[in-house]
Amino acid sequence: MSNSLLAWIVLIPLLSSVTLGLMYLYSIKISKIPNYIFSIFALSAPFLSFAIGILFFLKMIGNDDIFVYEAYKWLSVDGYNMYMGFMADRLSIFMVLFVTFVGGFIHIYASGYMKDDEGYGKFFFYFNLFLASMLLLVLGYSPIIMFMGWEGVGLCSYFLISYYYEDSENVKAGNKAFIANRVGDLGFIVAMITMFYYAGADGLDFAHLEIGLASVPTNVLTFIGCALFVGAIGKSAQIPLYVWLPDAMAGPTPVSALIHAATMVTAGLYMVARFHFLYDLIPNVGLFIAYIGAASALFAAVIATKQTDIKKILAYSTMSQLGYMFIAVGLGGYSVGIFHVFTHAFFKALLFMGAGAIIVTLHHEQNIFKMGGMKNRTPLIYITMLVATLAIAGIPPFAGFFSKDEILLTAYNSGEYFIWGVGVFTAILTSYYMFRLLFVVFHGTNYEKNRELHPLSKSITIPLVVLAIGSILSGFIGVPELLGGHNMIGVWLLNFGEHSIHVGHSAQWYLMGINVFAAVVGILIAYKKFFKYDMRIEPEQSGLIWNKFYIDELYDRVIVQKFKKLSLFISYRIDVKVLDMIVMQLSKNFIKSGYVIARLQNANTRFYAFFMLVGISVMSTYLLIVMR
Amino acid sequence: MADSLLSYITLAMILFSIGFLGVISRKNIFIIYMSIELMLNAINIIFVALGRYNESTGPQVIAMIVIAIAAAEAAVFLSLIVVLYRKKKSLNTDLFTSLKQKDFSNE
Repeated sequence: MSNSLLAWIVLIPLLSSVTLGLMYLYSIKISKIPNYIFSIFALSAPFLSFAIGILFFLKMIGNDDIFVYEAYKWLSVDGYNMYMGFMADRLSIFMVLFVTFVGGFIHIYASGYMKDDEGYGKFFFYFNLFLASMLLLVLGYSPIIMFMGWEGVGLCSYFLISYYYEDSENVKAGNKAFIANRVGDLGFIVAMITMFYYAGADGLDFAHLEIGLASVPTNVLTFIGCALFVGAIGKSAQIPLYVWLPDAMAGPTPVSALIHAATMVTAGLYMVARFHFLYDLIPNVGLFIAYIGAASALFAAVIATKQTDIKKILAYSTMSQLGYMFIAVGLGGYSVGIFHVFTHAFFKALLFMGAGAIIVTLHHEQNIFKMGGMKNRTPLIYITMLVATLAIAGIPPFAGFFSKDEILLTAYNSGEYFIWGVGVFTAILTSYYMFRLLFVVFHGTNYEKNRELHPLSKSITIPLVVLAIGSILSGFIGVPELLGGHNMIGVWLLNFGEHSIHVGHSAQWYLMGINVFAAVVGILIAYKKFFKYDMRIEPEQSGLIWNKFYIDELYDRVIVQKFKKLSLFISYRIDVKVLDMIVMQLSKNFIKSGYVIARLQNANTRFYAFFMLVGISVMSTYLLIVMR
Repeated sequence: MADSLLSYITLAMILFSIGFLGVISRKNIFIIYMSIELMLNAINIIFVALGRYNESTGPQVIAMIVIAIAAAEAAVFLSLIVVLYRKKKSLNTDLFTSLKQKDFSNE
């Protein structure tokens, strides 16, 4: 097995995507291709990539090998070469494995969810392109290659969010995601340029950067770290660039599952973990990241408690969970953060897919207060959603418990008791809003019992079951030593920020107890308020929280409107009045002078002949006098 | 010999200038035609004189070709004059203005 297989992890989804795109064009222009042919190409890609990922994973067990494959020289400027390089180390192969695995099951789900859609082939073209970009981001061996994947992910998210493009609201949501991400990308580019300037003399790949950055002054490192984090904020939807994430719900539900669980939002986190050697040198920036993460976690959780759209609740919960992850990576617990990414991928994908299944069953109803009583009518969805909800709330032994416990332990261990407190409080809110959703949707008294249900196909239910099993089991790769486990993920990612726990065993037991207690408190509050909720009572739809703290309105007032005014000024004043005037006057004068010159053509042969004589005379005089 | 070459070329230049002046100053299309023929023959004189001076036959051949082509051209030119006369009932070249730039309209 050669290292060139690494490139195939990215190439397989990319080729599949190109094939699907061409087939889709053929299908709409020439003759229709049945959906199952699209499905074969679309669904095989993530699983093939997963298989290759497994091969590398097996080779890495027991040693610290890093596989690097430089496919070809991409740029050569004045002796400075950049290669199209792929790198698989323990972190990236771990990401590859769960991105392709969870992504694969989201693909299967999507094949059921989208089966009646006109643009089935187009959808999977975007989907696989999205997956390929994400894998390129993960496997890139230099920030440049990573940035290509980074941009690809942003582009595909735009395509997918505005997939139902007939509705202008969806297109606006896509634009919002794209523009918010652009702001973040600026940070990434600035960081990359600074790194190139200060530490890129030997090459811009991570191995060289790690050596190069060690000798860069701290204030420059701080700048690079902050600029990179701006990129991470944009991609991973933290304060203040999170606004695109709730609106990203405009896309089809599988897209939400893919964006929120396996790809896209984890990119920012992966990037911070990838640059762990940089952030290790600047713990102050790390602390800043942790504070941003804590603020985002709390903020999003508070908003989620009042939302009524099932997908919006889940969107804010994603943002909140990402906040947890940033707390961990900010405080140096990179493996902890990645562990939460991993478990979160399972239960969040499951939550979205369950929500999508309910939405399909109820003929595209998204308001949870119009659902109700689904427990007995869709038992499979109920059970899987219950598993996912328990997992995200942090009830042992479900996946979320272990990773969230690790994060809060990391916070406590670092002495950041404020962040720890925020984390615990957010945990209460998390279990509260998740169980509020669960109780209202599944236990609420329903007065529309006769509403017929849309049947669900196997391709929708099977991924639900698989991911439910994943949500139960995925936590066990990180069982802490306290509970007799080996913390396999921590060992696996040992090179990415070792952090020693120096909190005593009894304190760890207390912390764990507090976490479980917080989750149970949240559940109890939700139980008291929403169990057997009477659906005829309309929930209160006003107030600061329901309006999401008016942040969208604030951004609109402060930034969007100003820019709108500026662009209106440019388009109506500068463009029309100044630039167009100059251009039009110039062309008018040209036309006028054209008419003047045209008068010379007066059909008078003798006049022409005279001018010939003049010309010849001038030329011969020139020849005689000057050239002699 | 050089003096006589100069006198031949002077003669040719005088004839050519007369022909050219005829082309640009006269209105009668026949006169213009004759002036053109005069210019052609002025060039012919230069060819023949230079041929003699260099003792080569090439220029003489070209002169013969020019005479032959001028004869053929005469036929075309005379028929064109006939057609033009039928159109305008006149030989005045100032009346033949169909290729003139039309009056333009100012936008």
